Amino acid sequence: MIFTILLCVIVALFLIFFGKKLKGSISYLLTLLPLSLFVYFTTFIGKIAQGEVPVQLFEWVPSMGIHLSFRMDGLALLFSLLITGIGTLVYLYTSYYLKGHTYLDRFYGYLSIFMGAMLGLVLSDSIMGLFIFWELTSISSFFLIGFNNHDKASRTSALQALAITGFGGLFLLGAAILFGFIGSTYSIQELIHSGIDFTESPYYVVLLVFIFIAAFTKSAQFPFHFWLPGAMKAPTPVSTYLHSATMVKAGIYLLLRFTPLLGNHEFWNTTLFTVGAITMLYAAFHTLFRTDLKGILAYSTISVLGILVFLIGIGTSTALHAALVFIVVHALYKAALFLITGILDHETGTRNVTKLSGLKSVMMPVAIAGLLAMLSNAGMLPSFGFVGKDLIYEATLQSSEAVLFTVFAVVTNILLLYAGYQVGIKPFIGTLPENFTSVHLPDKRLWMPPLLLGVLGMLFGLFPSILDNALFQPSLNELAPDSFVSPLKLWHGFTFVLLLSIVTIALGLLLVFVLQPSAVKELKLKKVDFLAPKTLIRGFANGFQKTASLWTNFFQNGYLRNYILTIILFLSFLIGYYLIHNVTFSLDFNSLLDLTIYEVSTLLIMVVAVFYAIFTKSRLAAVAAMGVVGYAICMIFVFYSAPDLAMTQFTIDTLTVILFVLVLYRLPKYLTLSDFKTRVRDGFIAVLFGSLITILSIEVLQVSHAGETKQFYAENSYVLAKGKNIVNVILVDFRGLDTMVEITVLVIAALGVFGLLKLRIRNK
Amino acid sequence: MKTIILRTASTYLLPLLLLFSVFILLRGHYLPGGGFIGGLIASIAFILHGSANGQENTKTLLRIHPGFLMPVGLTVAFFSGIAGMVLEGKEFMTGIWFKDPLPVIGMIGTPLFFDIGVYLVVVGVTLTIIMTISESS
Repeated sequence: MIFTILLCVIVALFLIFFGKKLKGSISYLLTLLPLSLFVYFTTFIGKIAQGEVPVQLFEWVPSMGIHLSFRMDGLALLFSLLITGIGTLVYLYTSYYLKGHTYLDRFYGYLSIFMGAMLGLVLSDSIMGLFIFWELTSISSFFLIGFNNHDKASRTSALQALAITGFGGLFLLGAAILFGFIGSTYSIQELIHSGIDFTESPYYVVLLVFIFIAAFTKSAQFPFHFWLPGAMKAPTPVSTYLHSATMVKAGIYLLLRFTPLLGNHEFWNTTLFTVGAITMLYAAFHTLFRTDLKGILAYSTISVLGILVFLIGIGTSTALHAALVFIVVHALYKAALFLITGILDHETGTRNVTKLSGLKSVMMPVAIAGLLAMLSNAGMLPSFGFVGKDLIYEATLQSSEAVLFTVFAVVTNILLLYAGYQVGIKPFIGTLPENFTSVHLPDKRLWMPPLLLGVLGMLFGLFPSILDNALFQPSLNELAPDSFVSPLKLWHGFTFVLLLSIVTIALGLLLVFVLQPSAVKELKLKKVDFLAPKTLIRGFANGFQKTASLWTNFFQNGYLRNYILTIILFLSFLIGYYLIHNVTFSLDFNSLLDLTIYEVSTLLIMVVAVFYAIFTKSRLAAVAAMGVVGYAICMIFVFYSAPDLAMTQFTIDTLTVILFVLVLYRLPKYLTLSDFKTRVRDGFIAVLFGSLITILSIEVLQVSHAGETKQFYAENSYVLAKGKNIVNVILVDFRGLDTMVEITVLVIAALGVFGLLKLRIRNK
Repeated sequence: MKTIILRTASTYLLPLLLLFSVFILLRGHYLPGGGFIGGLIASIAFILHGSANGQENTKTLLRIHPGFLMPVGLTVAFFSGIAGMVLEGKEFMTGIWFKDPLPVIGMIGTPLFFDIGVYLVVVGVTLTIIMTISESS
């Protein structure tokens, strides 16, 4: 299984780095990648149906229990087939849609890496693996959404999508760590079979919140939904792929995957059906106000995602069954509608629904595809959508709040029918405007995929048991073991559910005739934009940025003296706080008697030099005085038999003085730049800091933690490292790695100085 | 500071100081000294020569830009680290030694080469920084 992911990544890397040489010449051949993977995945259908579950495990960080483990069960297979199946059509479609685009190969590269990440996401058994692929889908979708990178709106949308989904990804990581902490494994299967009841865990609510935020951001649930309409700035194949079958379904997949672990609890169910219901109604209502075809589709996608979350929230086996079926139903018709939108945009140059009409006469196959997709979308007989909608109603009728939930579902479906009609039928009927008379049927690589999807939507509707036995029942077995749901059927006879379906379709069609999309309505909606989550969250983001820049400007104000002041004050505060709370002072004057004449005279020299450095009027003299202090310290090292330190101090001090002189020599004459008050303040801070450091150094000598280490080095430096100079042995052997890094830092510093002073950017 | 005395002295001092720095470098494992101090002494030697005879003369004397010593030093240090891995399959930075000491130099082992790397890096870094600053100002 891992090879499928690797194959995608290898192809992607090849295309991104070397693709330019191909000049798009083999783009349609790339369709073979998803196609062959699709064929490969179909070979699993038989095994899965018989209850086999192939697994693959690669150790990655065994010490932390992190593995790359892959597991092919019904749910994974369902999603893999969707990803590669829709992927095949999208690849084929793109080869014509973006034909001649300069970066076509790069586009395929991004698409492949995205597909690989999606496959990894659904195949991973390890939550850590899941998280990594989850983030990889966010990152690769960033490149896909921002593919038209010369367009500012496109870049903003890409960033927005990345910010929202990346934000959710962090919570997934939190959940992964928490799961690992509670269950001491990252494998989802092991967690399920560990016997731990996570709903009883004290961390249950935290886990729920983490998983929910991850899923809601990815699957565009209210109030995180706004990145999805924004992402419509992407080329249409991307929208098709991301929003029908892959990216946004990842959140749904996550919820399904964790149903056995976290589901069947009041919190889980209530949150999910509440958020799902709000999302599906809110987004479905929004479709009424859009005139851009892709805008309509974006909001109807959000609405469908809401339905799915809602169904998972109901949580009965019928509801889960309905969710699984509806995932496929939606993938088929939504991909078709997106592809059709792409064709319309490509051929007529507009996606405005009020301008498009009568195109049936010039592009019949596309119109047929639109009709088929619309039938499935509206849930009319004999489409697969009908089966899906039936199951949804069945699930809501069996739920605890039967009446309320059924009304929600019916209203949403009525509105979705309206949305499907606007895209699937409206552009093709009526009279053909004169400016569209030159429009012609595009290449079959464009119209074949949506037509195929439409036909499949009908085929699965007529024979729903094909998919049910192969995919849905095994998937359901994973989610809710030992549950029984009746097999899928197209015709259930004249039941209450059928009545609801008829009501839905009738009211939906009525709505279509009563309400026409218009630009006026879209403008009206704009007036309440200030209440939309998008505006609120953007406001929050802006506020965040403003606070950050205020904060930065306060501390990073560009004055070196202020930086040093901040650092020293902060350190003084920390050290002072520690010293006051933990240290008692006592002075022992007797120990002063041990002082020798050398020490006293060195100390005197230092004191004199310090005062000279402070009060002198010459900069060079101050530097020289500082040098004297340094040499005096050097002498003290000699008295206390630290020759290595003394030598280093001596050479360093010499070099420091040289450096100071070099820099200061060129400065203007010594001027009094600070007033008396500032100098008193600085003096006070300097004395305070100096005293604190002194007390701290004395304190360090009192608590001798270093005893053991010192002894270790003393005993082993010759035995293990064949050296008698312990200081040197520590530097080059025991702590050699530290030295290695330190000299690297030195080199970086030197390069920095060199770069700053020598490589000035020339003004043009 | 172009005095005759200093200029004359520095001509003799340079080789002496360099020799001294190598001496400090080599004795480091047993007695006070080592690559870091050795490197600093060598840089001081060059800087002294530079301030007496002018930066340009020192540069011609060096032939290469001192900056080139930095990657060389880093490479030497790094390879002394992996020598143990390659030759004896031990962990990174494990010291390995020749059995018998060499006359004058003493025991030869990877820590010595590591120290030589440090020496080169220190000379490179110090000279690069000081020469750059003194040239630009």
